[in-house]
Amino acid sequence: MEYEAVIGLEVHAQVHTRSKMFCACPVVPDTGNLPPNTYVCPVCLALPGALPVVNRQAVALGIRAALALHCAVQPLSVFARKSYFYPDLPKGYQITQYAHPLARNGYLEVDVSQRFCRIGITRIHLEEDTGKLYHGNDGTRVDFNRAGVPLLEIVSEPDMRSPDEARAYAMALRDVLVYLGLNTGDMEKGMIRFEANVSIRPQGSGTLGTRTEIKNLNSFRALSRAVDAEIARQIAILNSGGQVTLKTLGWDAAGEQLFVQRNKEQAHDYRYFPDPDIPPLAVTPEWVASIAASLPELPRARKARWVAHYGLREEDAALLVPDRALAGYFEAAVKHGLGCGVAPQDVANWMTGEVFRLLKARTSGITGARVSPERLAALLRLLYVEDAINVASAKKILEVMFETGESPERVVERLGLSQISDPALLEAVATRVIRDSPTQVAQYLDGKEPLIGWFVGQIMRETRGKAEPGQAQEIARVFLERERSNRF
Amino acid sequence: MENESITSLTREEVERIAVLAHLSLSDAEVALYREQLSVILAHAARLQAVDAGGTLPPAAVGRRPVLREDEPGATLSREEALFNGPDCDAGCFRVPPVKAME
Amino acid sequence: MIALCDLTAHEALDLLRSGEITSVALTASALDRILAVDNDVCAYLTLTPEQALAEASAADALRRAGQDLPLLGIPVAFKDNLSTRGIPTSCGSRMLDGYVPPYDATVVRRVKEAGAVVLGKTNMDAFAMGSSTENSAFFPTHNPWDLARVPGGSSGGSAAAVAAGEALLALGSDTGGSVRQPAALCGVVGVRPTYGLCSRYGLIAFASSLDQVGPVARDVTDAALLLGVIAGHDPADSTSRLDSGSDYTAYLARKDLAGLRVGVLQSHPEDGIQAEVADATRRALKTLRDLGAELVDVSLPHGVYALSTYYLIAPAEASANLARFDGVRYGFRAAADTVEALFSRARGAGFGPEVKRRIMLGTYALSAGYYEAFYIQAQKVRTLIRADFDAAFEAVDVIVGPTSPTTAFMLGERVADPLEMYRADALTLSQALAGIPAISVPCGFDAAGLPVGLQITAPEMQELRMLQVAFAFEQATDWHRRRPSLIESS
Repeated sequence: MEYEAVIGLEVHAQVHTRSKMFCACPVVPDTGNLPPNTYVCPVCLALPGALPVVNRQAVALGIRAALALHCAVQPLSVFARKSYFYPDLPKGYQITQYAHPLARNGYLEVDVSQRFCRIGITRIHLEEDTGKLYHGNDGTRVDFNRAGVPLLEIVSEPDMRSPDEARAYAMALRDVLVYLGLNTGDMEKGMIRFEANVSIRPQGSGTLGTRTEIKNLNSFRALSRAVDAEIARQIAILNSGGQVTLKTLGWDAAGEQLFVQRNKEQAHDYRYFPDPDIPPLAVTPEWVASIAASLPELPRARKARWVAHYGLREEDAALLVPDRALAGYFEAAVKHGLGCGVAPQDVANWMTGEVFRLLKARTSGITGARVSPERLAALLRLLYVEDAINVASAKKILEVMFETGESPERVVERLGLSQISDPALLEAVATRVIRDSPTQVAQYLDGKEPLIGWFVGQIMRETRGKAEPGQAQEIARVFLERERSNRF
Repeated sequence: MENESITSLTREEVERIAVLAHLSLSDAEVALYREQLSVILAHAARLQAVDAGGTLPPAAVGRRPVLREDEPGATLSREEALFNGPDCDAGCFRVPPVKAME
Repeated sequence: MIALCDLTAHEALDLLRSGEITSVALTASALDRILAVDNDVCAYLTLTPEQALAEASAADALRRAGQDLPLLGIPVAFKDNLSTRGIPTSCGSRMLDGYVPPYDATVVRRVKEAGAVVLGKTNMDAFAMGSSTENSAFFPTHNPWDLARVPGGSSGGSAAAVAAGEALLALGSDTGGSVRQPAALCGVVGVRPTYGLCSRYGLIAFASSLDQVGPVARDVTDAALLLGVIAGHDPADSTSRLDSGSDYTAYLARKDLAGLRVGVLQSHPEDGIQAEVADATRRALKTLRDLGAELVDVSLPHGVYALSTYYLIAPAEASANLARFDGVRYGFRAAADTVEALFSRARGAGFGPEVKRRIMLGTYALSAGYYEAFYIQAQKVRTLIRADFDAAFEAVDVIVGPTSPTTAFMLGERVADPLEMYRADALTLSQALAGIPAISVPCGFDAAGLPVGLQITAPEMQELRMLQVAFAFEQATDWHRRRPSLIESS
């Protein structure tokens, strides 16, 4: 029998605030590397008597995400206590939202290998992170620096049918969250974590099979590999006449294996009830409207606009869109370029080529780059519009610009890289090269025509790279042909 | 729901609740709580007779919370944070080994 | 001549301001009294005498420098569920034996900022669960009027300390009557404020939607004074009101009660009201009528469900509030090989029987399959109880009745029967459920010489009206001037 997979995702994303969800402890980017238990207070350490107070900005960012995902923000939502015991959970309950989440009923549009799908969002809610455990032989150590850091949980409908779709949805969601400024998108630091619900059913069936839950997926690769493995496992069970049972699974990323965390009979009874320490959260239409007004253009729309208005190749747009700072840089460079005749696709080529290469060698990222978008455009104008430099020089100039922060004009002048476009000068060089290379000339004339490249190289060397390669090749060809006619 | 069925606790139910609440109880305590909780719950069962229809719990009609501005504030020093910890090591609280579970 | 520690706070402040006494002398007098009677009364769990004398002398220095504050130099005590920076805070439980908070509860900070001198922390039923202070893990407190009897609870230590002159003022907490009932049983004044009037930040939570901190004092003026100091919005408590805080003493003046409509509840046989308590209440109502008040019968149709409602909601919230006591970051630690065993043993051995009973009850009420039938239904009935009060207050300005069905009972008398013990709170629960203020003031004595308390209930945020009625009653009577004989012999 042919089976179809039914996949839903729960995504936990850290909400980028300056202080924790329910207390004023600072949230710093790299909590994992801080001395343990130094970013804690009575509230997040759950000392007796301490009380939570909701962080307004966390709510505002939650609303921002809800609007970007086309959800209905609820006028009244309720924080609830989810009770269970674990050493990293200081209060013995997690404050989360249960029966009344912040927002409901949205969707995210995703492109999966040239196909478009719309994945439904069931709900979005705010909650708090737990502390961290360090396992050792002489005991487990607990650090509460991360406890109370705000998290957004985004629960999808079971609308995905393949590991690829799940992965594409997860990546698109990550891009949106990064765009909204509420998450850094840094998977290695656990800024976004996934849980997948997986079931299978006969192709075309309208009912849902028994689902399993895979927890703690920390990368896109882990997500698609684990879902893939689980679909295969379920198909094997059904094919051998067995039945899928409710389970919570984990994914061993190193061994690429699923393992059982909990069976159905060990299911938790979380005893959710409204947290009496926090009155229901009212979100006024005015608040929602003011957040809606500040919503940026989202990655998918931006990509579509670039393709339509700038004539950009789809794959280049896809490379440039996800990082909002980079996309902003690109767009600024395009705008400067358009003012002086530089084609957007040329800007894109330089961005995905040289700029990416130079950024990779540095750690500062695009925001720390010493080259402004305006100067990148100016460089490309020298190259493509004014023909004042050649490609090789342009690459060299850009590298220097990244180092020194100088303008391209100044680098050209300082290094004497302006292109030789005086034909008389080039012709003199070509005459000299041909005169000095009788062997190569003879071989060329004997029919070894690819040697033309060697002559171009010699001309470039003689001019120290300032010749325009196309022009050099043309002159070399003309002079060699002239030599041929001289011999016969 | 029958009042009988919810107000007369079985020993197993008492034990299940003790597990949920993470309370290790002696056999005598289980027996005592079974009896006492049954009496209290029988008394509480009279609430089932109240016609509360569409009444909302007070939380749903209560006041609005005051939200906190996102300003980082003071933290405890690590010495203060760990001061009351019964077993601390390397700046952390220590507990018996936990198998990585969640 | 009476000892300085037997002065009310406002009398003492007058003498401090006129320079007739010093805070050091006043504080030393309270410490002497503690030394003399606390072996018998057992009101305190922790004493801070050196610190108190240092604070007193600092208060005197401040006063000499021309400064004044609402409580400058007044010795006070805090119930042991209020977090005090650097002073052990056990909440009456073995679970928190030795726990020292790194921060002050907001109400503690306010009282300190008002210039008070801290004498120590008072005994209580563990985690404020009880009506007799016998659930303290350390020792029971004895009623200063009869040492064989309970002081009430759970703020029994605070009420006994104030009654015996071991503190001029004290703070207690009232979840279902824990300030008013011990105040009644010890012959002092106790206030439960409107929910949200006083910050709960730093109050070790029992039932979050019910807990309120309240003053214990020897007369209404002192209660008003202390209430004015602790009331007010606190950004650290999301449930604290924005519209709070007032100088209540400024509005207390001897006056008649002409035009005041006093609601009188017909008592329910199930309340089990002692005949002498009923008599004292009748006489008190007559006093109010003589002052010009009009007595009007009122009814709270759902009041009969208050006990059941309370004993589902409070334990449910407690079961979650007390989940943080797991032996990891503070508190009692049991030897264990696994984390599961660590949690269960620390909690099994660290909590006392009443606390465990309520955690069990609350866990059950929230567990799958029972949540709707128990917890949600109880919350709905709670709304109906509140609506009953709203309706009653259409017709009356305050409601008056007894605070406790009985006077102080014997130590050990009710320990074995939890439901019987719970009935001690029968008359104080509905105000807590409704979130409205109530005060207990002394209104007489039974044949055994034990005090009786009169409870005056007012609508939400009508503390001032409540205090004015209590003040007028107090001025017309002298019950609040009586002191236990223990004091004379000390």
